Amino acid sequence: MNKNFLYHLGRFVDWHRQIFSRPENLKMYYKEIIRQLYDIGIGSLSIVLIISIFIGAVTAVQFFYQMDGTTIPPYFIGYIVRDMTIIELAPTFTCLVLAGKVGSNMASEIGGMRQKEHIDAMEIMGVNTAAYLVLPKIIASLLIVPILVSVSAIVSNAGGYLASVPSGLFTSGEYIRGLRSFFVPSHVTMMYVKSFVFAYIMTSVSCYQGYHVTGGSIELGKASTQAVVYSSILILIADYIIAVLLTG
Amino acid sequence: MIKIENIKKSFGDVKVLRGIDFVFEPGKTNLIIGRSGAGKTVLLKILVGLLNPTSGNVYYNNINTSKFSKKEIRKIRMEMGMLFQGNALFDSMSIEENIRFPLDMFTKKTLKEKRISVNKVLERVKLSGINKKFPSEISGGMQKRVGIARSIILEPKYLFCDEPNSGLDPKTAITIDELISDITDENNITTVINTHDMNSVMEIGENICLLHKGKLVWKGNKDEVLDSDNDNLTDFIFASPFLQKLKDRALRAR
Repeated sequence: MNKNFLYHLGRFVDWHRQIFSRPENLKMYYKEIIRQLYDIGIGSLSIVLIISIFIGAVTAVQFFYQMDGTTIPPYFIGYIVRDMTIIELAPTFTCLVLAGKVGSNMASEIGGMRQKEHIDAMEIMGVNTAAYLVLPKIIASLLIVPILVSVSAIVSNAGGYLASVPSGLFTSGEYIRGLRSFFVPSHVTMMYVKSFVFAYIMTSVSCYQGYHVTGGSIELGKASTQAVVYSSILILIADYIIAVLLTG
Repeated sequence: MIKIENIKKSFGDVKVLRGIDFVFEPGKTNLIIGRSGAGKTVLLKILVGLLNPTSGNVYYNNINTSKFSKKEIRKIRMEMGMLFQGNALFDSMSIEENIRFPLDMFTKKTLKEKRISVNKVLERVKLSGINKKFPSEISGGMQKRVGIARSIILEPKYLFCDEPNSGLDPKTAITIDELISDITDENNITTVINTHDMNSVMEIGENICLLHKGKLVWKGNKDEVLDSDNDNLTDFIFASPFLQKLKDRALRAR
């Protein structure tokens, strides 16, 4: 088990030398980055919007229930929803969902290319396949995931409003006052740090699983599943480490 | 010219190649033949650098490439073209985009110049006018020819073909063989074909090596096949009783 883990860790690290080597043709890489930006960004926008509305809504309703009957003023709900979504829920939830949607897609796409000998064909042409197939995905993820997380944070706060104000849990003024209270700018920094780190983990781990797949369709299915499982676990570990480092 | 020297390859305890020496000559169609599991594909992958040999050396024009780094291997690969068993055409790209891919990646030609080159190779493989079609819209034989067109677009010095006739009817297979042979002659390139197709051996086998259980057991050309009394060769070429009868008849007619 440990030997296997160390083997993959070593191969994963060594593989990065190939990924970050000089591109053969910047124009081709640029085209691929644009394609990935569209696939990851536009392709994931609807699912991010849906989960974000519910993140905010559930957080608001749940905390209202917890705090009902206490002396804590109702406007605190807005403050709690804002900080919880910015610090934790928007980056982590969004990236876990993206690991499932985008990560498995990347692993399947690259794994399928490996099985159909497309990667070998490119290698024979002289293409650095690790760089051409993975680097544009990493760059696109690093650019678009923080934007998706920002959208998620904004929509979550709106979700909290929609779930609580029209149903009469508290007033619009109270919620907005909460959103504007005790704002700490470094929490936004933390959100972006998490976004970048999670985006990198999700993309590199998923591409690694796909790039090194061997065997047939069962192995491809396993690689796709492992991409999601390992990305999710590593995202949660990274989440904890970032929380400790940036709040300690 | 490609020369291999005492090539050995093992996967764990399994010895796939057990010390192969051979010279693949320029301007000729060089065939690696043998039964399934003889080690043909592994040898071909070692030649193109997709696999590293356990021991032994590969020389391209007397330069030992066995210890080359990935970067150096990629430089040599710019001089290679390869036709894959499953064609390896990119499904999401049109035929023109497939063939143009190496030009897009490695040249600074304008789109117009690239289109001229694409049309030229498509004409060479007798597939003019299918530029906008996708791989799924053409037959297996046409896909092979598109694969050949893509592999020669950068005018390689070395052409490798992995089972070019697999999945094709005999007549289409002969057309593909002839096309590869003609391209080899026209451009004076070193062509290496990995096959177990008996027709290919007899039609285009100018320099043949027969592998059996990872060893080179016979070498020669198509004219020497009928006269050979090598048991492994006879077993391979005339595997069926029908072919054995044909061989006997041909020998009696001499």
